Amino acid sequence: MAKQTHNPKVAVTLSLVPGLGQLYNRHYLKGATFLLLTISFILFFYQFLNIGYWGLLTLGEIPRLDDSRVLLAQGIISLIITGFAITFHVLNLLDAYKEAVKFQQGVRPDSLRKRFRAGWNKSFPYILIGPGLFLLIFVVIFPLLYMVSIAFTDYNLYNSPPKNLLNWVGFENFISLVTVPIWRSTFFSVFLWTVIWTLVATTLQIALALILAIFVNDPRIKFKKFIRTVLILPWAVPAFVTILIFAALFNNDFGAINNDILGPLFNQAIPWMTDPFWSKIALIGIQVWVGFPFVFAIFTGILQSISKDWYEAADMDGASSWQKFKSITFPQVMFATAPILIMQYAGNFNNFNIIYLFNQGGPAVRGQNAGGTDILISWVYNLTFETQNYNMAAAISIIIGLIIAGFAFYQFRRTRSFKEEGEM
Amino acid sequence: MTRKTKSNLQVLGMYLFIGVVFVFISYPLLWTLGLSLNPGTSLYGSTMFPENWSFVHYKWLFFDPSSDYLLWYKNTLIVATITSICSVIVVSLIAYAFSRYKFIGRKNGIYTFLLLQMFPVLMAMVALYLLLNLVNLLDTLTGLILIYIGGAIPLNVFLVKGYFDTLPRELDESAKIDGAGHFRIFFTIMLPLAKPILAVVALFNFMTPFMDFILPSIILRSPENFTLALGLFNFINEQFGNNFTRFAAGAILIAIPIATVFLYLQRYLISGLTSGATKG
Repeated sequence: MAKQTHNPKVAVTLSLVPGLGQLYNRHYLKGATFLLLTISFILFFYQFLNIGYWGLLTLGEIPRLDDSRVLLAQGIISLIITGFAITFHVLNLLDAYKEAVKFQQGVRPDSLRKRFRAGWNKSFPYILIGPGLFLLIFVVIFPLLYMVSIAFTDYNLYNSPPKNLLNWVGFENFISLVTVPIWRSTFFSVFLWTVIWTLVATTLQIALALILAIFVNDPRIKFKKFIRTVLILPWAVPAFVTILIFAALFNNDFGAINNDILGPLFNQAIPWMTDPFWSKIALIGIQVWVGFPFVFAIFTGILQSISKDWYEAADMDGASSWQKFKSITFPQVMFATAPILIMQYAGNFNNFNIIYLFNQGGPAVRGQNAGGTDILISWVYNLTFETQNYNMAAAISIIIGLIIAGFAFYQFRRTRSFKEEGEM
Repeated sequence: MTRKTKSNLQVLGMYLFIGVVFVFISYPLLWTLGLSLNPGTSLYGSTMFPENWSFVHYKWLFFDPSSDYLLWYKNTLIVATITSICSVIVVSLIAYAFSRYKFIGRKNGIYTFLLLQMFPVLMAMVALYLLLNLVNLLDTLTGLILIYIGGAIPLNVFLVKGYFDTLPRELDESAKIDGAGHFRIFFTIMLPLAKPILAVVALFNFMTPFMDFILPSIILRSPENFTLALGLFNFINEQFGNNFTRFAAGAILIAIPIATVFLYLQRYLISGLTSGATKG
């Protein structure tokens, strides 16, 4: 008993006001619920969204009364709410259309109970992710959008709310970063050191971990468990504690490294804290100390899972240890751990803790507004919390983010390629 | 050189290398321990092997009325416990959805969040500060906990989802045929099997508040709300050398419990990480 008179297009059109389409499809309960939700949404959020969008466009009109930062925040939250509303609205339109087609074809509507059950099954995953998603939006997405927005404003020490209003300035901050001399020279020297730091510190840390993992995994070595436990110790001690301890050890005047080791043995003291070159050496050393155990632990796990047969076959062919390492161990370990290793590089690229805690990115360098050991992220920290150049800090953050996102994108493509079977 | 002596030399070389690494690892740790037993408070004049060693700094931390150490310890434990429990719940629910259900945004959702997570958190701090101010959670432990839980979701979901994916799908499908509901499958089949990775998530999130000092330093203002890391950092922040022995004592008292738990759970940790990360 197909009903030609029932038109899906009408259902969709009516559904522009959520609920009406569903009523037309004779889903009375659903229609009423949708209608009620829509009305309460409008009543509840109208005022908020109105101010939000006005704030987002103008960033306030009266200094001291309108706080641009709050208006910007409200504007971004309005955007997020709107995003959700649009998603729901599209879903509502789709639902109206699908149900209307079913009705037209004369599919007998299921009993209310059955429909309830189907609805529960369908919405179950959303119930699972709902609370987490809510938190994520406010803790990760909102701050990110906020940061991106700040990079396009003129928010700095001399122009800060609530005393002044912020303005949208387009790409001006990014342009200053490469054209204004002090910014340009600082940006390029900090960037160069960040890259060197990332490559050298991480590679050394991985190399040391690999050597140790292979040594400890050697069947001739005894007390494996004890050795592994000691080697993992630096990972187990909180990093901020370790770094502060190293900062004391490397202290120019009272540090044990100058006073107890270099002094008596070589009769020399090295300016660890005040000379950029030696600071950098010290930082790399500390990072290797702090960072290798994690990689070591991962490598150990992988080494134990490599099949013994391969080594036996290699032994029969008379392969040397080096050949075995080159053709079996190394490719196996690298293949299995590539994603983790890439994340190690990405982690060091943004390793704020060590730079800041060791000597606040110091020592100061003439002709630039970052310290001699500042990496991009610690420079961002200084710009934000010391000199309040919020706009420049945000612009640099975006650059950091894009670089890291590149890293991560590469990694995820790799991981995905060999897990196809897991896809649904 | 016979084969035997060559092998022996190799082994000797390996032990030597491991021995050198041992020295490098233990020196700073033992130095800190030695320093914490010095009677004076300043870095200058303190030695690794004090002649008249004493527990005066440990006593000070616990019993001196001007020391907030126990309060900070309590705050950190509260934050760590709640964060750890809530993250395990939230993360395992989301990971379950991503591993076993179809829904809008499933395919790219998790990668999107991981990518977003890559952007430096530091810059987010200004926004988080404003947000917490807006909802009146600034300078509260609740605000700190909420941010820890939310921030932990992407990476941990990635790990747990990877682990769930390795569990055979036949298990929950046959349970479904037997009439088990969604939650029942989740609680009686998935969760017990995923214990190792959940232990990793719980541990990581328990330790974060002990180790992190940037976030608390931005959110928490009043000393009675400080966490350990922030409190200890403030010990030496103002005048680096002057409170160092006290800091050393406080640091030892953080490091010992964390290291113990860590070493105890390391087997779980490694198996969870390698299976979750390489197969995920």
